[in-house]
Amino acid sequence: MTKLDLTPVEEPHSSTLLSKVIAQGRYETRITMTNGEQLLVSIILPLLALTGLFVTGLFDTVEGPSTIDIATPGILALSVLSSGLTGQGIATGFDRRYGVLQYLATTPLGPIGLLLGKVVAVLMVQVTQVIVLGAVALLMGWSPNLAGLGTAALFIVLGALTFTGLGLFIAGTVRPEATLALTNLLWVILGAIGGVVFPVADFAGSVVIDYLPSAALGNGLRSALIDGSFDGAAFVILTLWGIILSVGTIRWFKWR
Amino acid sequence: MLSLTNVHRDVPARAGRFQILKGVSFDAKAGEVTALLGPNGAGKTTTLSIAQGIDKASSGSVKLLGVDPFRANAGLRSQVGVMLQEGGLPMAVTGERLLFHLARLYQAPANISALMDRLQIREFKDRQIRRLSGGQRQRLGMAAALVGRPRVVFLDEPSAGLDPVSRLIVFELIEELKAAGVCIILTTHLLEDAQRLADHVVLIREGRVEAAGSVEELTATDLRPPFTFRLSRALTEQQRADFPSHLTLVEDTSSSQPAVWRVNGIHGPADLHAVTAWWLRHDLMPSDMGLSGKSLEDVFWELTTHDKA
Repeated sequence: MTKLDLTPVEEPHSSTLLSKVIAQGRYETRITMTNGEQLLVSIILPLLALTGLFVTGLFDTVEGPSTIDIATPGILALSVLSSGLTGQGIATGFDRRYGVLQYLATTPLGPIGLLLGKVVAVLMVQVTQVIVLGAVALLMGWSPNLAGLGTAALFIVLGALTFTGLGLFIAGTVRPEATLALTNLLWVILGAIGGVVFPVADFAGSVVIDYLPSAALGNGLRSALIDGSFDGAAFVILTLWGIILSVGTIRWFKWR
Repeated sequence: MLSLTNVHRDVPARAGRFQILKGVSFDAKAGEVTALLGPNGAGKTTTLSIAQGIDKASSGSVKLLGVDPFRANAGLRSQVGVMLQEGGLPMAVTGERLLFHLARLYQAPANISALMDRLQIREFKDRQIRRLSGGQRQRLGMAAALVGRPRVVFLDEPSAGLDPVSRLIVFELIEELKAAGVCIILTTHLLEDAQRLADHVVLIREGRVEAAGSVEELTATDLRPPFTFRLSRALTEQQRADFPSHLTLVEDTSSSQPAVWRVNGIHGPADLHAVTAWWLRHDLMPSDMGLSGKSLEDVFWELTTHDKA
């Protein structure tokens, strides 16, 4: 049995931000992966939406890409919203209610460490989501443009940062019950008319929607996976949202 | 290590503002246990939150290791350990996973394995925190506060909900921290805990420091110990009237039958003799009697009831 040494460390000895983010990321990933309800939101719901679109053939046109080719990038975008906005938002809201955040505030983790740790966890869940949703879509006849895979990955990382930022921003500023309602509501609204799944051109007078992070993520992924192209405007819009929401979260986040 | 000067804290209330803290000042030193003692709702936890920098003082100054702890950086956090009253532990993970995770946030953490042995956490280390008993969570919370080998430790009600064995383990560990030169600040509403552990007691009531000092200093303020005795029968008016007039006889109303009587003003053996002579005159035989030194409890009662009487 090793002897317990509790001699105080005289100098500040917080780990580097990178090690803290990796540690928090590993820890959060494990919690998310073992949380049934959250996995349901993250994988099953987008899967249902994908199947629904495939069965109804909603986007089918005579000449353009098939429904599954249009729908899959949007569903991947929707799954980013699920794990980032809804999943982490709700989990963080309850952590705040039960004093877990208050405890974390007394450790060297810090708000940046917490946010980035959660982004890492969302990306880890995202890998699972891409594999599951991608495999099902391939079975349904999805043929992604391989030239756009790298761009798609970039948009997913940016989307994870932006929507985890939004989830934490809500969780860190309003009550947990309100967080639960708000993040679910946003998921439904943004998912339905925020340009995530349904391309914005389908709506009349949808100029505003194009500037939402949801549309930017959906458009970026569709351009990448349908045409293999890089949507510069969507990239700039999403990056700006990512910066605004991260800074806002770190600035206004309440630990209790 | 920790210094609070004239700290006020008020919150918005229906009519104006409600003052939780009305000017709290005290210092806590390295290698000492400072106990914040007071009844529920006195402002102990608020004081602690402000000292830790989780909450912000409305006015006054707080210095923790020389800096203002509110929104302090990771460097300060790495030197301060905190155990919250309600734990603040995440429910979905096991104790072992939590401790190993926390250790990764520090460059020179304590040996987690040794820490778990010391607080007897090993027996439930693989259980999710939601399934732990109050005492087990309490010990885990203590371990979490010590992971970073802190210079300053805050413990909010460390003995709450502990069985006698856990209590002993926790108390021994507090003694050990003290010997290692750690500055320990704890809250308690249990007088015996303060009496046993504290080098420095800060009595807080209604948001104010009522008294502060070592246990010896606080209990030495009045060197005349009260003398108590228990009688199986009630005293008659005549018997009471005959009681030595230079002493005062009061019935301890807090005890049930048979009545306990308290004699104030005992200075020496002559006073005791006067009481026993009075017993002899009236053929009174006490079933119990005692002459005890003043306890922290007596001081506490005096301070917390004096202006209500």
